[in-house]
Amino acid sequence: MTGIMDIVYAEYNYWIYVALMMIGFYAMIAKKNLVKKVIGANIFQTAIFLFYISLSDITGGTAPIIVHGDHAAEVIYTNPVPHVLILTAIVVAVSTTAVALALIIRIYDEYGSLDEDVILAARRNLQPEFSEYARQKEVDT
Amino acid sequence: MTGFEIIINNLPVLTVVIPLIAGFLTTITGWIDRRLCWYWVMLTMFVVVLITSSNLLTVINSGTIYYHLGGWMPPFGIEYVIDLLNGFVCLIIAFIGLMVAIYSKESVKKELPGKTIPFYSIFLLLITGLMGMTITGDIFNFYVFLEISSLTAYALIAMGDRGDGLVASFNYLIMGTVAASFILLGIGYLYAVTGTLNMADMQNILPDIYGSKVVLAALAFFMAGFSIKIGLFPLHAWLPDAYTHAPSTASALIAGLMTKVGAYAMIRFMFSVFTPAFVIDMTRTAEILTWAAALAIIMGSVFAIAQSDIKRMLAYSSISQIGYILLGVGLVNVIGMQGGLLHILNHAFMKCALFLVAGAIFYRTGIRNIYQFQGLGKKMPVTTLVFLIAALSMIGVPGTVGFTSKWYLALGSIEAGQWIFVLVILASSLLNVAYFWRIFDNIWFGNPHEKEHIKRDEAPLTMLVPMVILAFLCIFFGFFAYYPLHYILEPLSNTLLGIMP
Repeated sequence: MTGIMDIVYAEYNYWIYVALMMIGFYAMIAKKNLVKKVIGANIFQTAIFLFYISLSDITGGTAPIIVHGDHAAEVIYTNPVPHVLILTAIVVAVSTTAVALALIIRIYDEYGSLDEDVILAARRNLQPEFSEYARQKEVDT
Repeated sequence: MTGFEIIINNLPVLTVVIPLIAGFLTTITGWIDRRLCWYWVMLTMFVVVLITSSNLLTVINSGTIYYHLGGWMPPFGIEYVIDLLNGFVCLIIAFIGLMVAIYSKESVKKELPGKTIPFYSIFLLLITGLMGMTITGDIFNFYVFLEISSLTAYALIAMGDRGDGLVASFNYLIMGTVAASFILLGIGYLYAVTGTLNMADMQNILPDIYGSKVVLAALAFFMAGFSIKIGLFPLHAWLPDAYTHAPSTASALIAGLMTKVGAYAMIRFMFSVFTPAFVIDMTRTAEILTWAAALAIIMGSVFAIAQSDIKRMLAYSSISQIGYILLGVGLVNVIGMQGGLLHILNHAFMKCALFLVAGAIFYRTGIRNIYQFQGLGKKMPVTTLVFLIAALSMIGVPGTVGFTSKWYLALGSIEAGQWIFVLVILASSLLNVAYFWRIFDNIWFGNPHEKEHIKRDEAPLTMLVPMVILAFLCIFFGFFAYYPLHYILEPLSNTLLGIMP
């Protein structure tokens, strides 16, 4: 029984990131509510952040601030680069969320609903070109 | 060092910094006087065109430019690398940006009253994002610029048609976030196995570990992400709505540039992060890409025939044109590659001109339904003439630039022994004729409902000038395609495919 359980235990951080990513991805695709889609996107992005962060960790590693003194040579530092990258990526994710929520507020003002199906139905009825084209067809026939 | 020398030495980074700073200064300009915004954006874009042309000339004359941000040496610092490929794409971005900026004056005044300042501010930030994506030699820097360009594009699209624009923008946002997250994940995978973020450095390290599953997964994530970004056929769902419901100016800019830069990025990742041997022989990505592209070419054209909204029709046509670019790239021979790269140039000119015409017609008449275009040929002769030239170029009539690229693509397909792609190109050209003919038919031969004499009512001069310039270039490069092909695309294709001429 070394096989599967070892893989799961030894790299459980990656499994968590994969599970979270799939949950987020599923929400983005399958949820009808626009806010839930945004929440899904956030989970998806957070999962990627966790992946980067767990990537940088080294067993027994410490924060990458240079240690002086007698034992300076023995200190292991974790890799700071992924942290820096993710700091930027978090800013990007926050701005994406902000834009998405701003759009959602305007969409709610316009259609009075956050449900994808309701919005789609409302758009079908409102579409000026569609109705004009339909009228034209009626005139022609 | 004199001030002039400092500017000359820092030209590569200025292509990104100038639109970025000017984008924020637009707010101040608009605060002084709203009308100044247009002059300000035009001035900025003009300067950017000058800088990018100078960069491209330097590259042609003396080879690749390496610029190290803040003096940090790669692979530790961010590096900007300008070779023929991104010098060429940067110039296209700057030039199309300038044309759309000139055009935007009247269109923005009418379509986006009260939003002039945010529009121009976002316009310049979008240019910043696209420039940065193109010019950078660092893959994480690339991701950041990708998100800048995406976020600004969402905002521009949301300014469009009431309601519809918002929903289109939201759908694009969801799809775009998935794509960007895939790309971020791919970057993470490559960083995990190579420990570097510099593209050139990565290309040196990767060949030793091509057997690794991580590298394969990274390639898959990149290809999926970019396919969504450029609207490759089965992943195109966001594109038609986004292009249709954006403001006319934004449609022209986004349709002309966004997908082209996406295609550039795909080429860059395939050939400059990974190596040709990897994508051609080891994973057969290129071969899969050609089939996906062939499907996109046909399906895009078929969908375009069914549309009655001119902008939606052009959007579907974009999907098929993206197919041409990727077909040329996927053929992986020098001739096909030249055709695909030349098509980046063509498609930017043609599609931008067509969207500008659609915007001008909408500006004057408020019509987007092509069955109501009767009599437009008399009403707006110059605008419709531009439409004719750009559409003929899209079809690929000899003497226009579209012919040259399709010719090269066909030759490339034959050289690769894939005769079926010649048929695909031919079939798609016929389908192009079919969907453009409906418009020609309505514009020149349709009988207007009202029998009275149609008064000539041409679009304003600021709209006509960029459209006419683009139409002229479609013909000019039709006859003088030798220059971009000989000086830029041929050496470039050789370098990308790793062939020593």
